[in-house]
Amino acid sequence: MLQIIKNKEISSRKKAAIHLAAIFLALLTASVFILFMGHPPLKVYLSMARGAFGTSYRFTETLIKTIPLIITSLGISLAFRMKFWNIGAEGQIIMGAFGASWVALSYPHLPSFVLLPLMGLGGLAGGGIWALIPAFFRARFQTNETIFTLMLNYIALQWITYLQNGPWKDPGALGFPKIPNFSPQAVLPKLFGIHIGWLIAFILVVLSALFITKTKKGYEIQVIGESEKTARYAGINVSRTILVTLFISGALCGLAGMIEASAINKTLSVEITGGVGYTAIITAWLANLKELRIVLVSFLFAAMIQGSSYIQMAFQIPQSAAQILQGLILFFVLGSEFFIRYRIVYRSRESGGGET
Amino acid sequence: MLSSFLHAAVIAGTPLVFAILGEILTERAGKLNLGVEGMMLMGAVVGFKTALLTSHPLWALFGAALAGAAGALIFSFLTVTLRSNQVVTGLALTIFGTGFASFLGQGLAGHIVPASVKDFFHPVALPVLSRIPFLGEALFHHSIFVYAGYIIIIAAYVYLFKTRFGLNLRALGENTAAADAAGINIMKYKFAHILSGGALIGLGGAFLSLVYVPTWQENITTGRGWIAVALVIFCKWNPIRIFWGAFLFGGLDIIGFRLQGLNIHISQYFFDMLPYIVTVIILIMTSVKDSKEKSPPAELGRPYFREDK
Amino acid sequence: MTLKPAPHETLIKTRNLTKRFGDVLANNAINFKVKKGEIYALLGENGAGKSTLMNMLSGVYTPDEGHIFVHGEKVFFKSPEDSIKHRIGMIYQHFKLIDVMTALENIIIGRKDGFFLRTKEIKKQVLSIADRYGLPLNPDKKVYDMSVGEKQTVEIMKVLYRGADILILDEPTAVLTPQEIQNLFSILRRMKNEGCGIIIITHKLNEVMEISDWVTVLRKGENVGSVKTSETTYRQLADLMVGRSLDLSIEHVEIQEKNPVLEVRHLVLEDDERIKKINDLSFTLFSGEILGVAGISGSGQRQLCEALAGLYPVASGIIKYEGRDIVGLSSRQIMDKGISMSFIPEDRLGMGLVASMDLTENVILKDYYRSPGPFVDRKKGLEKTLAIIEKFNIQTPGPFHPVKLLSGGNIQKVLLGREIMSEPHLLITAYPTRGLDIASSFLIYDFINKQKKKGVPILYVGEDLDVLLELCDRIMVLCDGKATGILESQNATKELLGLLMAGETLESVERMNAHASDH
Repeated sequence: MLQIIKNKEISSRKKAAIHLAAIFLALLTASVFILFMGHPPLKVYLSMARGAFGTSYRFTETLIKTIPLIITSLGISLAFRMKFWNIGAEGQIIMGAFGASWVALSYPHLPSFVLLPLMGLGGLAGGGIWALIPAFFRARFQTNETIFTLMLNYIALQWITYLQNGPWKDPGALGFPKIPNFSPQAVLPKLFGIHIGWLIAFILVVLSALFITKTKKGYEIQVIGESEKTARYAGINVSRTILVTLFISGALCGLAGMIEASAINKTLSVEITGGVGYTAIITAWLANLKELRIVLVSFLFAAMIQGSSYIQMAFQIPQSAAQILQGLILFFVLGSEFFIRYRIVYRSRESGGGET
Repeated sequence: MLSSFLHAAVIAGTPLVFAILGEILTERAGKLNLGVEGMMLMGAVVGFKTALLTSHPLWALFGAALAGAAGALIFSFLTVTLRSNQVVTGLALTIFGTGFASFLGQGLAGHIVPASVKDFFHPVALPVLSRIPFLGEALFHHSIFVYAGYIIIIAAYVYLFKTRFGLNLRALGENTAAADAAGINIMKYKFAHILSGGALIGLGGAFLSLVYVPTWQENITTGRGWIAVALVIFCKWNPIRIFWGAFLFGGLDIIGFRLQGLNIHISQYFFDMLPYIVTVIILIMTSVKDSKEKSPPAELGRPYFREDK
Repeated sequence: MTLKPAPHETLIKTRNLTKRFGDVLANNAINFKVKKGEIYALLGENGAGKSTLMNMLSGVYTPDEGHIFVHGEKVFFKSPEDSIKHRIGMIYQHFKLIDVMTALENIIIGRKDGFFLRTKEIKKQVLSIADRYGLPLNPDKKVYDMSVGEKQTVEIMKVLYRGADILILDEPTAVLTPQEIQNLFSILRRMKNEGCGIIIITHKLNEVMEISDWVTVLRKGENVGSVKTSETTYRQLADLMVGRSLDLSIEHVEIQEKNPVLEVRHLVLEDDERIKKINDLSFTLFSGEILGVAGISGSGQRQLCEALAGLYPVASGIIKYEGRDIVGLSSRQIMDKGISMSFIPEDRLGMGLVASMDLTENVILKDYYRSPGPFVDRKKGLEKTLAIIEKFNIQTPGPFHPVKLLSGGNIQKVLLGREIMSEPHLLITAYPTRGLDIASSFLIYDFINKQKKKGVPILYVGEDLDVLLELCDRIMVLCDGKATGILESQNATKELLGLLMAGETLESVERMNAHASDH
């Protein structure tokens, strides 16, 4: 008969080993699918790696894809630490991009050093306010934030669709529904070959880590995440902390939106997020909400996405394969947590019983 | 005019009927499955592809139900057996399902459901009932799929409140430890209901791809899975209230399209936002007035381990 | 044991039943045997392994070693379902009832036959069983409308309906008033006469002496003795249970100088649905006094404590602390005004402590915000934590160990230590010894008495009437949010407290007594 026994503390090396085993199993499962489609799995994986790191261009592309993932994951983790299930990052990125684009399109002639910070503020405000709406209702009425934040994703998307087809439609695009491109001043400059977003991401990683581990607000967030009741008992203003934290969480996502709009798309469109808002939920979770691990996991996921767009060309495997792979990895890692928390022992029925 | 609007609302609401019902069964078993959107997509794409391959409607339905149940199997294996976090597991399922659907749906865009399948789901006027003035045409001149929705709502209601299995399921959702101590096989009940819930959710997706649209398009569910999760709250975990919830939202779904004909100068895109906005409003309203009898199954979202120490 | 009984007479027997949790040996080779028409007591203090044993008998846990024999047959329980099949009925201390359902629905959950519910038929069956055993039962009443005693009746009915002839009751008297306990005992005697075998699991010696035929004493998972109740004494059982001769009386400190510190006048507290949880409550708490609060659970104790600490909204009334009204202030404002109310909440890990955080992070929980600047001062926290660990003798691998991994007694000491180290001017504590063994409990009483000696006024919410009577200077009894009486401990008896807990008032009791002496 199998019995489940709770583990006490487990060494972090063992934890890492279990997680790596899970990822390996996920890749193995995926290879069965790949084999089923008539491709050699190892070759596919290798060319994925080539697609992500093979040339300096591809490597740069991978890094560029890492930037919004890091920033958004940071934002999401902040809310997740409070057990506020903010899955509205997608919408917060969109509204951040909207805020930044509004600035960029309204004041295209301002000099860069004025315009870009203003766009940043627009991004922060757009994402922050968008996250503040569900936060308010959760703090006030305990409204379920999961579905709320998700609905706001769809609303944000419809809003951009409206702008793109209506008031912001580029008259110069020959009837094609598209928002005009930004002026050159509204585009983020490059530093060492990659747009300056990487520096912003780097700074934010450090700030986030300091915020959570060192400040009083960070401590309060962790207490609330454990138990709202305890937080109240300790005299923490739970409602206000939820609002502040979610504003920051959304603002970070919004900033990712601003960076994408300014540095990559150079305009606003319905495809601005590229699904980052959802992928970042996975990366944040897999990184256990820890800042440094977020950097690592985001980079690996960016590589996977970049690599999968390469295998689409090489093997005609659809790019959505990356999404399936992400899902699989997450499934396996979620399942593997069980083996961190428990161990299974076998005991026969007759053991130690003596005679009947 | 109003009758034909109602008629269209019923059709638009039918995918929600199946999805809400599936999620009600899941949540009654104490699990909050946020993978509905993913499972609907899986059901939609498998149903559509099976229809193309077999040209047989029943195979298509079977495939869709199986796909939904497979998603639910992943979910319940992870959350029930391996005790993983329900919220994240549900999200993972949605991400996986979305990828799975777009993967399998590659190159299917623009294909049309085979004629044999189309015919099978062709609207049939029910004798006598369809002659009821006004409502008859709106409610009883539909595809067999829609009628299946009516029947299954009532069947689920009877099951839940009039049978001992339903009583045991409700007990489990309210107090798992008590149900366990009463000798109910917790594991069996959870798996059985989450899986059949998943099958229903898959069928909800198949309605979209086989009857409602009925061609393949990327992200065919457009958030209906999430709306279904929210509407479970609106329906207070009672199947009979799906009649209101699902068809009200069916109406919201098509109102923009209908009003366009009336020369009303509000952009189509705002009407497209309507179901999402109303969902949010319903969420807020239900959270503002909370009371004991209407509240969710008490064990919802809580893990249960018998031997935890 | 003494006689070798005919096999059919023995209902349940265990042989060398053993269970481990990690490195902890929760039950080691437990042997006992219950015959038809016997009431068997399993006696032991908290942590002795009683509930582990019970959970093995009911199929919740599977034993690591050893066997259970039921009706002469060797059994293996994989789940509670199996034990029910063998006609074992469990009545848990924390009732396993579904609040939103009726008594009848609760009784028929888990039935194995039929597809549709045949409610009418079943109701008839249930009522006839209730009649046979003399159980008062309203099958259509919802559980959330029931008193504790009524809930227990439903639990008993549940197992009888399933045909159980072996009943296991876990701490059945813990939440009952003395009068309800007498009712329960008469029901148990009736079942005994009907031929049932009954096991009661308890830590209350006087009840063991009163009701049981046999008693097995458990200590730290070991079976330390099995005796016939009629052949033993209270004293002998007490020594067996604790493992050494122990003075089981709690020190009572007398303080001469008493000034009113906290004055509560006409306090009304309402919950979200505007139901009154505390209704027109007035009392005064003096310095150097322990005021006990008695009452069946859910009588408004939690709301009262939380309101005093600024965590529960006050609908009307006054709470005056040293002459200042503190109604409407937040808990932090109450602390900041120089009023240090140390509130030890009911569920320590759900409210007073952050389970997965370490000791240091828990110690700073209530004063981290006082340090200047935006950063948390962990250095000071660490110093304080080390001081608490030393002063309260907390068993921990270190100050950075998560509190949830400590034992119950140590967790309680962390909480109490933090509150006492903050040098409170007023201490509010609810059930501070819940779940602790006797030695740890006495340590806690000691800490509380030390505070009292310093002149700190203490509000002590308790459930064990014996402890309340010994420890407190005065006892206030709550029933349905009203104070049915405030009396000096030395004038109180358990019976009197029981009547007050059930809703009688001092006046009505007096009238009853006068009436009785008239005849």
